[in-house]
Amino acid sequence: MRLALYLLLSLAVLVIALICSISFGVTDISLRVVWDSIIHGGTSNEQLIVRTARLPRALIAGAVGASLAVAGALMQAITRNPIASPSTVGVNSGATFFIIVAGAWFGVSGLHAFTLVALLGAAISGTIVFTLGSIGRDGMTPVKVTLSGAAMAAFFASLTQGVMLTDGKMFDQILAWLVGSVAGREMSQLAAVWPYMAVGMVIALFLPRHLNVLAMGDDIAAGLGQRTAHIKVLAAAAIILLAGAAVAAAGPIAFIGIIIPHIVRYMVGTDYRWILPYSAVYGALLLVAADVGSRYIAMPKEVPVGVMTAIIGVPFFVYIARKGRTRHG
Amino acid sequence: MGKYQTFRTSKVSFLIEKRTVWISLILLVLCIVAAIISAGSGGQPISPLNVIKVLLGGGKPMDQVIIEKLRLPRIVIGVLVGASLAVAGAVLQGIIRNPLASPDVTGVTEGASLGAVLFIFLFGGAVSIHWMPLFAIAGALLMTALLYVLAWKRGVEPLRLVLVGIGVSAAIKSVSYMLIISGPMALAQRSLTFMTGSIYGTSWDKDVMTLLPWVLILLPLTWLQARNVNIQALGDDVASSAGARVQRQRLLLIALSVGLAGAAVAIGGAIAFIGLMAPHIARKLVGSSFGSVVPVSALLGALILLVADVVARTAFLPNDVPAGVLTAAIGAPFFMYLLYRNRNRS
Repeated sequence: MRLALYLLLSLAVLVIALICSISFGVTDISLRVVWDSIIHGGTSNEQLIVRTARLPRALIAGAVGASLAVAGALMQAITRNPIASPSTVGVNSGATFFIIVAGAWFGVSGLHAFTLVALLGAAISGTIVFTLGSIGRDGMTPVKVTLSGAAMAAFFASLTQGVMLTDGKMFDQILAWLVGSVAGREMSQLAAVWPYMAVGMVIALFLPRHLNVLAMGDDIAAGLGQRTAHIKVLAAAAIILLAGAAVAAAGPIAFIGIIIPHIVRYMVGTDYRWILPYSAVYGALLLVAADVGSRYIAMPKEVPVGVMTAIIGVPFFVYIARKGRTRHG
Repeated sequence: MGKYQTFRTSKVSFLIEKRTVWISLILLVLCIVAAIISAGSGGQPISPLNVIKVLLGGGKPMDQVIIEKLRLPRIVIGVLVGASLAVAGAVLQGIIRNPLASPDVTGVTEGASLGAVLFIFLFGGAVSIHWMPLFAIAGALLMTALLYVLAWKRGVEPLRLVLVGIGVSAAIKSVSYMLIISGPMALAQRSLTFMTGSIYGTSWDKDVMTLLPWVLILLPLTWLQARNVNIQALGDDVASSAGARVQRQRLLLIALSVGLAGAAVAIGGAIAFIGLMAPHIARKLVGSSFGSVVPVSALLGALILLVADVVARTAFLPNDVPAGVLTAAIGAPFFMYLLYRNRNRS
């Protein structure tokens, strides 16, 4: 009951953050105008800014933040690895590489096509990393998964840079996207990715009970009658949908998938029925807030929000790595 | 005559494994062959025979210009950068006792990249490029110091160092990207090439003369530390009971490794995976004694980069693909193979 109440409260805070994100920026826009332009439309400058720039940006930040956080929570659940997240296991960089190759070499264009390509990249890179990380007698250890993730990330990053350098016309378009940013997005971009995110979220919705059982260990879960392989495959599908769509919309934004599940576990304990919804809300909140903050650091220029989350995220990552639990997984 | 040859003077004595000498000689020959091929290939092909003529001081004047002014500095840089990265990786793998460690995985090269990118952006062309290694090494050192502090918990445990490195390097990388985005486009292209790693367009006085002193000082120094690396490889407990000052030696060795990696990155950019691959192949060839691993991995590193550079600049003509893309393309599958090989190592 208490947790439900807090969740509602957090949701309210998220709504306030979204409104702030629409209203604050290089031109501050009053709340009344914001409300007006969303409900009634209108063609004044401010109303146009709200509808074509601020609103899509806020919504994409929210959707991407929620997706990455839930993907991170799922990943940490099925691998029982506290430092797993879409960015550390190379899923983000795989999706990035595929998008850039598709754009530069195969002339792919259009948001829907890019989203599908990103999903494919996320799936391939994720499969490689997890296969590599789980071979061997002691199974999937955090260290193995993290190392193979880092290697894949380095691999895709150099290939991405190689493609960019040989293809001049992609260069400037892609560079800004490569850091992860939600600036200058349009509503159509959200329209292209949200169905995938929604499917991923719905799959995630059915998993919490099973994840709670799985948390006791593969053997125990199997002994209790769970088909652990099914659950893991479902969770992996959700992760790929969520992370791939998030990258297609905003570029590889790092560390949300790792920070949020940890904060949430600290708040609500180990029950995934609470961890997943809380992760979604706080992931959205963090990215929306970081995005608002990114407008004020170097005003009137903007710092890409991906840089913000990386800088916020590192202390967390270090803290988790230092706790030493990582060693024996 | 046994497996070893002994050298003795009044002050020092050491053993040299004959196998190491042979393998080094073979690798040296391979390097020379690769260099000759590299000098002959490109937009204006020159036959190996003519290359040799030029190298011996003869040949056509046109060939002379192309080889001496354009291709030879590139080859020399390839050798120096490859060797430095390889030895830097060998040291890290020795002391971290994890075969998967290398300057790129732990983020030392990211730190060096950031230093160099900062240099490009702060000074553009205003300050002589000779200062760039200083910035790159400073970046690598700061990064390493940060890593060391963050991973310190009653001593530095190797695995924690690697994990912390992965996290910090992700953040450093995004800061580099941010600098690139915020600057003018021409600098952006240059910086990004740099972050990928390329030995394109290197010259004698700018690049070779900048890098050479660092390599000439640091490489022999590292070789002299071979004993300490061997002891560290036994594990902290054994090493300290054998009388080694584990943490202090580790600090010195890391400093050497950082210096080599930083200097190499300053000139060649963040060329990936050479620091990982070369020491492994070296250990396969001559065993794990560090005195043998250093020269053999240096030669292997040089060879890998020379070959990667030739392929990268001829296979995709007219595009000159950065060599770093190619080393990553070979290196990542190699890394996966290593993970597979070490699957049962805890």
